[in-house]
Amino acid sequence: MSKHTFSIGGVHPHDSKISRECAIQPLPIAPTVYISVAQHIGAPSVPCVAVGDKVKVGQVIAQPGGFVGAFIHSSVSGTVKSIAPRADLAGRPSTHIEIAVEGDEWLEDIDRSETLVTVIPEDPKAIIEKIRLGGVVGLGGATFPTHVKLSPPPGSKCERVIINGCECEPYLTSDFRTLLEKGEQVVVGAALLQKAMGGVPCTIAIEENKPEAIAHIREVIAKLGYKDMDVMVMKMMYPQGGEKQLIDAVMHRQVGSGALPISVGAVVQNVATALAVYDAVQKNKPIIDNSVTVTGECFPQQANLLVRVGTPLQYIIDFLGGVPEDAAKVISGGPMMGRAVANLQAATVKGTGALLFLTEKQTRRAPESNCIRCGKCADACPMGLEPFLLNKLSKAKDWDACEANAAQDCIECGCCLYSCPAQIPLLDNIRVGKGAVLGAIRARAAAAKAAAEAAKK
Amino acid sequence: MNAFIWTIAVVTVLGLVLALVLYLVAQRFKVEEDPRIDEVEKAMPGANCGGCGFAGCRAFAEAAVKAPNLDNNFCPVGGNDTMAKVAAILGYEVKAKAPMVAVVRCNGTCEARPKVNEYDGYPSCYVKSLLYTGDTGCAYGCLGCGDCVAACQFGALSMDPATGLPVVDQEKCTACGACAKACPKHIIELRPMGPRGMREFVSCVNKDKGPVAKKACANACIGCGICAKTCTHEAITVEGNLAYIDPAKCKLCRECEAMCPTGAIHGVNFPKPLDKDAVKERIKVRQQKAKEAAEAAKAAEAAKATVISSEVEKSKKEATNE
Amino acid sequence: MSKLLVSPSPHIHSKVSTKSLMLDVVIALIPAVICSVVFYGWQELLVLGVSVASCVLLEWAITKYMLKQPSTIGDWSAVITGILLALNVPYTTPWWVIFIGAVVAIGVAKMTFGGLGQNIWNPALVGRVFLLVSFPTYMTTWSQPQGLFGVDAVSGPTPLGAIQEGLLQGASVQDLTAAYNYKDLLFANLGGSAGEVCALALLAGFVYLCCRKVIKPWITLSIFATVALTSCIFWSVDPTRFTDPVFNLLTGGLILGACFMATDYVTSPMSLWGGVVFGVGIGFLTMMIRYFGSYPEGVSFAILIMNSVVPLLNMWFKQKKFGRK
Repeated sequence: MSKHTFSIGGVHPHDSKISRECAIQPLPIAPTVYISVAQHIGAPSVPCVAVGDKVKVGQVIAQPGGFVGAFIHSSVSGTVKSIAPRADLAGRPSTHIEIAVEGDEWLEDIDRSETLVTVIPEDPKAIIEKIRLGGVVGLGGATFPTHVKLSPPPGSKCERVIINGCECEPYLTSDFRTLLEKGEQVVVGAALLQKAMGGVPCTIAIEENKPEAIAHIREVIAKLGYKDMDVMVMKMMYPQGGEKQLIDAVMHRQVGSGALPISVGAVVQNVATALAVYDAVQKNKPIIDNSVTVTGECFPQQANLLVRVGTPLQYIIDFLGGVPEDAAKVISGGPMMGRAVANLQAATVKGTGALLFLTEKQTRRAPESNCIRCGKCADACPMGLEPFLLNKLSKAKDWDACEANAAQDCIECGCCLYSCPAQIPLLDNIRVGKGAVLGAIRARAAAAKAAAEAAKK
Repeated sequence: MNAFIWTIAVVTVLGLVLALVLYLVAQRFKVEEDPRIDEVEKAMPGANCGGCGFAGCRAFAEAAVKAPNLDNNFCPVGGNDTMAKVAAILGYEVKAKAPMVAVVRCNGTCEARPKVNEYDGYPSCYVKSLLYTGDTGCAYGCLGCGDCVAACQFGALSMDPATGLPVVDQEKCTACGACAKACPKHIIELRPMGPRGMREFVSCVNKDKGPVAKKACANACIGCGICAKTCTHEAITVEGNLAYIDPAKCKLCRECEAMCPTGAIHGVNFPKPLDKDAVKERIKVRQQKAKEAAEAAKAAEAAKATVISSEVEKSKKEATNE
Repeated sequence: MSKLLVSPSPHIHSKVSTKSLMLDVVIALIPAVICSVVFYGWQELLVLGVSVASCVLLEWAITKYMLKQPSTIGDWSAVITGILLALNVPYTTPWWVIFIGAVVAIGVAKMTFGGLGQNIWNPALVGRVFLLVSFPTYMTTWSQPQGLFGVDAVSGPTPLGAIQEGLLQGASVQDLTAAYNYKDLLFANLGGSAGEVCALALLAGFVYLCCRKVIKPWITLSIFATVALTSCIFWSVDPTRFTDPVFNLLTGGLILGACFMATDYVTSPMSLWGGVVFGVGIGFLTMMIRYFGSYPEGVSFAILIMNSVVPLLNMWFKQKKFGRK
């Protein structure tokens, strides 16, 4: 059997999926939750409840703040205590809706039964509308509103839906557990996405280190009898789950610089997103919880938890016995692209997929030494860039040269820094260059637009 | 002998031909330029720091020669002396500007502002600020990685290892503004140097509410507003829980400094150390006097009012009597 | 738990470090070192010791007293330079000549440019070529070796040196090469620098480096291919004047150069095709120097010349960027 992977670069860190045997269990609801209004890419949502309002589980508490925006629903039932700025995991203040929990009362129209609804609605528009109302965003990390992704701009046509079950980051197992435990729902969710995009074929991509999931999903597809849906076994390689890399691996098409996946006819959705789509369309259940892997060699109790959105991280950690003594870093997400937590009081958001504890030895950076020009960073870069060069250009603040060398294409996967034998903080600096180049590109586009409008007048 | 003559002849002819070529090329590629640009450039400090807003000294010179006056062109590095020279070359008038200096508006020393986590990335304030709010409880203060020091071309900035904060050497500072631009937290401000270098400023940019700011840093401005109330020159404004001293209005009386409960207000280069108690006493006496005066005025007002009212009543009575 | 660490992603790092890479190279050189000591005896051990010790000491002294920087000897790159320099000179070289070679290698070719990663030319080769030009007597004199365990190496000039000498005297290549058989060349070279002594030991090291993914084989293979091809063409045209391919591959330090010197990270191109062009250049220049130059073997010069064009090769040969033409 041939194994698929993307064509350029990539690294293979140790798997470390130590929590793979832990079934997803629901976390008891925290006494107070803090739901951020900026949980997705795009405009922050606008709160539509007032302090003192009683809310139920699934009730809309914030409206989209723009076209690229999402509904936010209450994940608990209780009373709105405050709508005020609160520090997120990086310490930056953003508006949170604080809800004191009272009981667990759900909106009546949410179907909480376990029965699998396999009847797919006929109208693609209705599916997308339900996804929009369910506040579904991409749960693979980028948290891009799903309904926007499913509404391709005029002139582009979707040819294939790809369900991303790679979970290529070490340690993470929540997608794997979801595939195993909720495989039926994920497959129906995939069928819904297929329908929404006009009945195009669908590929569920799963890395070879999850053979149980591969077998299970194949079984489910056969059982449910979906046509045009298959499982593709991927070689273990990071960053396989990156959107552009996955499209390259599955369809052998490369998305151009600055272009969207739809430009090559692909729509990629994560496994967790497919499940959320199923919940939103078939069960009327918006995103109010997500599965979070809590793991790390130094963490005594590995777990995959179903966590209500807005639960403080400290509450999750305390439930599992507190931060271990030898943990030096807490990461929200995987070890390659996750964000280090500076503030444990921060609350989870829709996109929180994991809490990872690493020891000083595992994570502390060694001192930087001279570049030995080994080219390992360039070999590892999945975008075919030259990180050593971009690092230098970024430090020299030569933004034009950064742009000429495609700093804006960087997907911040971390392969360069991971593989650098001299421990040069390549990505730290390249991010600066990428930010500056993207800013310059946006400024140029805005200026061009203004000029065009002025010419019209 | 023949060879000798030949050698001389060849070298001479070669020299002449090459000279001719060089001359022709120079003529062909000659750029017509105002000769004053060169002169102005010579008068400039030549640091090419960009503090004037142009790419370098040459760019400044070109702009200055083109401009109708020198109002918008000022070299902060050379200061008034350089500008006087430039003005003499161009025949313009120059307006003397008060000399400026970079001021670090953060006093979150290691003791006052304890670290709450440890940063382990590339030691650059900008990289750090992209990642999070910093390794102390204060989301506004100095990040301590020294981007400002790296930006300074004149060696005027250095990090004080004891406090973890940058220190400005005011003798070397040219107020080019590179540090202020480099600081992602915008804690460096260009302020007038002040008479004999004396200046008064709020060394904090924290806009959190008082208790939050105080918890993060013992030296923070808590926005209590005492300074603004104390100031008799209306030089201090408190906006968003943060006081600001307008250098144009400040009379350097140091009363705000004495009254500040957290020590967020700094006065530098004063000949004598601040005797806080004396100043406080002075303010107390003045306020007492003012209070008394106000009370007296009030009493007088009241008395006047009673007089008036009694008169009114009198007149009313008279009216009814009539 | 004390204070949490916070840093930008990624939060883990591969186990590969500069030191581990350099240690791998040292390990790969061990078979060749053992062979050279076995063939040339304790004198060779002395050469190795002086060379490694002076390289390491010099780097330490330069970083400490001249650059006033933290010492960089912990990365083991000076050890590699020392071993390579020792393997590149005859075992009879006096210690002070080797020391001068180390001064040039570490002091001039490496630290002047800013230490590891900044140098343009391979330090050991610069040292070697400096000695070759400055002390040709020591560098080309070979006397009866005192091998360990009764292994006798044959005295005399290097095969390539002998052939060039012979050609100048009007003999034909066939007569001259008849003295050597390939088996001898493969297992125990007949005189020459210590590192040329056993081709198999060097190749074993090369295979180890490839397996450990320390180096990629393209540069080495393209050198071998080019040398083979070029000498094939010339040899088939005139076998009396030009030596044959196998002979060329096995002699004159070609294997040492191709496996360990040309593949030095710092002084070789990063991309695949850059590496291939680099290798072809080295192979071709080596053969041109051997056939038409005044030095009997040309690997050192060829590598140094190609080192100089590496920045250009890095500019010309870039890997394809994702989604771009």
